[in-house]
Amino acid sequence: MVATALTKARIWELLDEVLDPEVPVLSILDLGIVRGVQVAGEQVTVHITPTYSGCPAMNTIATDIRLRLLAEGITQVTIHNQLSPAWTTDWMTPSGREKLEAYGIAPPVDGTATGHMLNLFGQDTAVRCPNCKSDNTRLVSQFGSTACKASYQCNDCHEPFDYFKCH
Amino acid sequence: MQAAPSESTALATYSAEVRQLLFTYVVQLADTSLILGHRLSEWCGHGPILEQDLAMANIALDLLGETRSLYQYAAELEGKGRTEDDLAYLRSAVEYRHPLLVEQPNGDFAHTIVRQFLFDNFHYPFLQQLKSSPDERLAGIAEKAVKEAAYHLKWSSEWIIRLGDGTLESRQRVEKAIASLWRYAAELTTPTATEKALQEAGIIPDYAALQPAMVAHVARVLEEATLPTPPATTFGLAGGKEGRHSEHLGYILTELQYVQRAYPGLTW
Repeated sequence: MVATALTKARIWELLDEVLDPEVPVLSILDLGIVRGVQVAGEQVTVHITPTYSGCPAMNTIATDIRLRLLAEGITQVTIHNQLSPAWTTDWMTPSGREKLEAYGIAPPVDGTATGHMLNLFGQDTAVRCPNCKSDNTRLVSQFGSTACKASYQCNDCHEPFDYFKCH
Repeated sequence: MQAAPSESTALATYSAEVRQLLFTYVVQLADTSLILGHRLSEWCGHGPILEQDLAMANIALDLLGETRSLYQYAAELEGKGRTEDDLAYLRSAVEYRHPLLVEQPNGDFAHTIVRQFLFDNFHYPFLQQLKSSPDERLAGIAEKAVKEAAYHLKWSSEWIIRLGDGTLESRQRVEKAIASLWRYAAELTTPTATEKALQEAGIIPDYAALQPAMVAHVARVLEEATLPTPPATTFGLAGGKEGRHSEHLGYILTELQYVQRAYPGLTW
């Protein structure tokens, strides 16, 4: 039984406690993947959008949302997976970016990438090393340990690191 | 599949005939991404260097994600209770509708790069146009996938340049791959009867309009790679989009469908 009437604000608070399974310092709100919440009586609807089409974390995130709400006695939960508007790294919150860097992953530095993608061998944006904070870093590969990351290496401290690439 | 796909408002408004055409077409798009994604995943653990092994696995994953969205939509269009998994795993070779290019074997790394480049050079501009489709589901899938396809095209284009303008060995290999695969490119932009009908209905992009950008990008990349432009295709190999496949597909499906055939209904 739910003791008090459900409010949207309460649901948002609970969703902020659901962490991304692959980057467990970020909540799903930090990432910007929750696009809307509706509450009608005891029925809760949560709209989420995937970061990447093939992101294997989406099913886990949907399960984690259900489990978090279930722990509060909320059993009637519908989760909608919406593709449009497409997720972009621009939706990541400033606090999310700070947490990401503290965790050792360089946060996305400029806007949505598509515009300059066909600039072959183009100068890549300077990405700050999350370890020693040097801007003297190099791109190793546009593809990394997960779909949302690129591989970089610092030329000063030589630490290899992940970069949450613009999308 | 915990997360239910959002409802399509357009679904109800299509006539039975358009719905059937769209089903055939969406399956074609899904098959294309599935088979190419499967081919790329065959590289997993065998890539020439770790970073490129990861790159191919990443691209395979992006394609598989696009595949799932498309099969889910196709299953709804069909409305006969089949699921995305039924469509992916339980059809025979003649029911697959992807172009012949994507089922071609990986060969060496240069061969895989040329196959990917020819596909990406179509996929990226195609998705850019599909974003404006009046079909909201296709537009939404395209809006998502086009950002990924941009990374793919950048990757395969840069590798064509590295290999072409690289060593004697890499150049010979990429030239051999171009000689072997170029003949499959035309099928991508040659519309089938289904595609023509959907183009006339304004639901999917006109492929002829994509050609100038595609030709320009190929010319630019080949020039930078110091590779000669292959002569305009006088004949192309085609038929995959209508279910006439090369012998390779049977081998792919044998592996791809094995678990579902051996253990029907098994879930992850």
